[in-house]
Amino acid sequence: MRFTGALTSPRMRQILTPSGALVDEAPMDDALASRLYRAMVFARTYDRKSMALQKQGRLATYAPFEGQEAAQAGSAAALEVDDWMVGTYRDAAAMWMQAYPMELLFAGRTGHEHGGRVPEHVNVLPPSITVGGHMVHAVGLAWAERLQGSSRIALTYFGDGATSEGDFHEAMNMAAVQKVGTVFVCQNNGWAISLPTAEQTATETIAEKAIAYGMPGVRVDGNDVFAVYAATREAVGRARSGEGPTLIEAVTYRMGPHTTADDPGRYRSEADREEWVRRDPIERLRVYLSERGRWDEDWQMRIEEQASSEVERAIVLAESLRAPEPEEMFGAMFAEIPPHLAEQLAEAKAAP
Amino acid sequence: MTTTIAQALNRALDDALAADDRVIVMGEDVGRTGGVFRITDGLRDRHGGDRVVDTPVAESGIAGVGFGMAVAGMRPVIEMQFMGFSYPAFDQIINHVARIRNRSRHRFSAPMVIRIPYGGGIGAAEHHSESAEAIYVHTPGLKVVAPSRPSDAYGLMRSAIDDPDPVVVLEPIRLYRAVKEELADEPEFVNIGIASVENEGRDLSLISYGAMMKECREAVKRLTDDGISTELIDLRTLTPLDTEAVLSSVRKTSRAVLVSEAPRTAGFMSEVSALISERAIFSLSAPVRRVTGWDTVFPLKRSEHLYLPSTDRIVAAARSTVEESV
Repeated sequence: MRFTGALTSPRMRQILTPSGALVDEAPMDDALASRLYRAMVFARTYDRKSMALQKQGRLATYAPFEGQEAAQAGSAAALEVDDWMVGTYRDAAAMWMQAYPMELLFAGRTGHEHGGRVPEHVNVLPPSITVGGHMVHAVGLAWAERLQGSSRIALTYFGDGATSEGDFHEAMNMAAVQKVGTVFVCQNNGWAISLPTAEQTATETIAEKAIAYGMPGVRVDGNDVFAVYAATREAVGRARSGEGPTLIEAVTYRMGPHTTADDPGRYRSEADREEWVRRDPIERLRVYLSERGRWDEDWQMRIEEQASSEVERAIVLAESLRAPEPEEMFGAMFAEIPPHLAEQLAEAKAAP
Repeated sequence: MTTTIAQALNRALDDALAADDRVIVMGEDVGRTGGVFRITDGLRDRHGGDRVVDTPVAESGIAGVGFGMAVAGMRPVIEMQFMGFSYPAFDQIINHVARIRNRSRHRFSAPMVIRIPYGGGIGAAEHHSESAEAIYVHTPGLKVVAPSRPSDAYGLMRSAIDDPDPVVVLEPIRLYRAVKEELADEPEFVNIGIASVENEGRDLSLISYGAMMKECREAVKRLTDDGISTELIDLRTLTPLDTEAVLSSVRKTSRAVLVSEAPRTAGFMSEVSALISERAIFSLSAPVRRVTGWDTVFPLKRSEHLYLPSTDRIVAAARSTVEESV
């Protein structure tokens, strides 16, 4: 099934076309555009390296986000450094941009809970693994910040599939009723594992669901980092000034499988994918920057090398974490280990 | 002042709201009406609608939003209107609330209280009489308490709100106004994880918690009249369980009758029975007996008496246990 109808929707906002041409005013200066380009190159390097490492057995199941770099980088860039972010297993690029250390992203995927222990100043929750349950968390986080007199807001990422979960409804409704400063970013990548969006929902768009909750819903070309950034910046402004939540639908495409355990050949054709190669989020920004004299081969090589060495540094760090001791497993269930867990810990340590 | 469990819980919430700005009470109808059982009566007037919040009818959302608030530094106390209505919130409670400390290795935690009115005996509609505490006890990362008297209701609620981890407070619906007690001007906190020996005895340990304590207290009187010296233990906390209180009592009396209104199979008392058989079996002079609800759907009003353990059933089980002793 082709997923093309959505892209022709008149309501979809685009600023930078797939060929790199501006059709509206750029929402950022060249310095920020260059920074986002570099971030997307880092993200793709991380993503492809993760796929390779998984094949080598060095990472557990991995959920790639290739193709969704602009949806994540453009939205994350609109946040303040201490805003809350609540994402999923496919949002590593956004989480990394919000200061989640890359080595901890890798650590989680190597199967070490230490990957969830972000530094004190980082307000990013460990990636949600169940689908849809985390959106309400972003409502509670932003609500609590308001109650405590802070201007921090919360942004949550989810996919088209998650909009079918009951908690999507509960989160959207409660956020709107309480005018909570939450930004809902749906990366509609066309597929929830094998289910196309057309079978996920009977509405033409995800964005229009916002109407029913009494909040603005905007639809953007999710592979256009400018459009994503502009929409998110606006939503973040609304959230921070007490005007309430916004739903953003970033229309994008999952270029790879759902996870390394998935075979997309069973449910979609290669032709679909080819169409989306043409709409690549990184290439169009490259063309744009190049035409403005902000991109050349040397810089490309330099940032690719930086990305590779950063990814390498992170994976080495993640893999060099010492093997977990039983104390860590038992000791992190509660603030203080209760008697029955202390007993079980002793039993586990004495076990043959 | 003579106080019911309902009043003691109300006072605990009132005092906690006054003592700590981080405390927020949330749930369906907890504000304007004071909750369907009036446990939160008057709190909205005294502390304002920002801190005593009437939420949309969305149990999963309430639990998940509470989770987010707790992670961001608040101390939410959320109400699930009836235990049967807490089931839509299972995903939030089990997958998120109970796990965040571990999955972030202490970086984040969810210090929140989940209030759940539970149990039958008031002739309520279907889904309003559940006693599914075993599910919460079985979930790693939660603490579960079940008070049976006003002083414990107050003291455990205050401790639960101050606890750095999530605590499920099971409130015995049919005892809300059926048990009264003098409450001090400044009632004490009650530590989580400590059982209470309500009555000392030599012949038999009668062990229960929450709503069934009323029938157990009546049974102790009758058994004492029969000349059976009965030790009555109110567990008060289901997890972490005060295992020492259970074991030292059973080692002393050599007999145990375990009372709970939950369905029998894999119920909480199965765990207590297993504990006794693992650690005190050589002290026993009779098999451990469970007096429980049945493995049936909790019945409607006209059959409730067929389901809930009665004082008669408890007394009969205790007598048989003593008679069967080797």
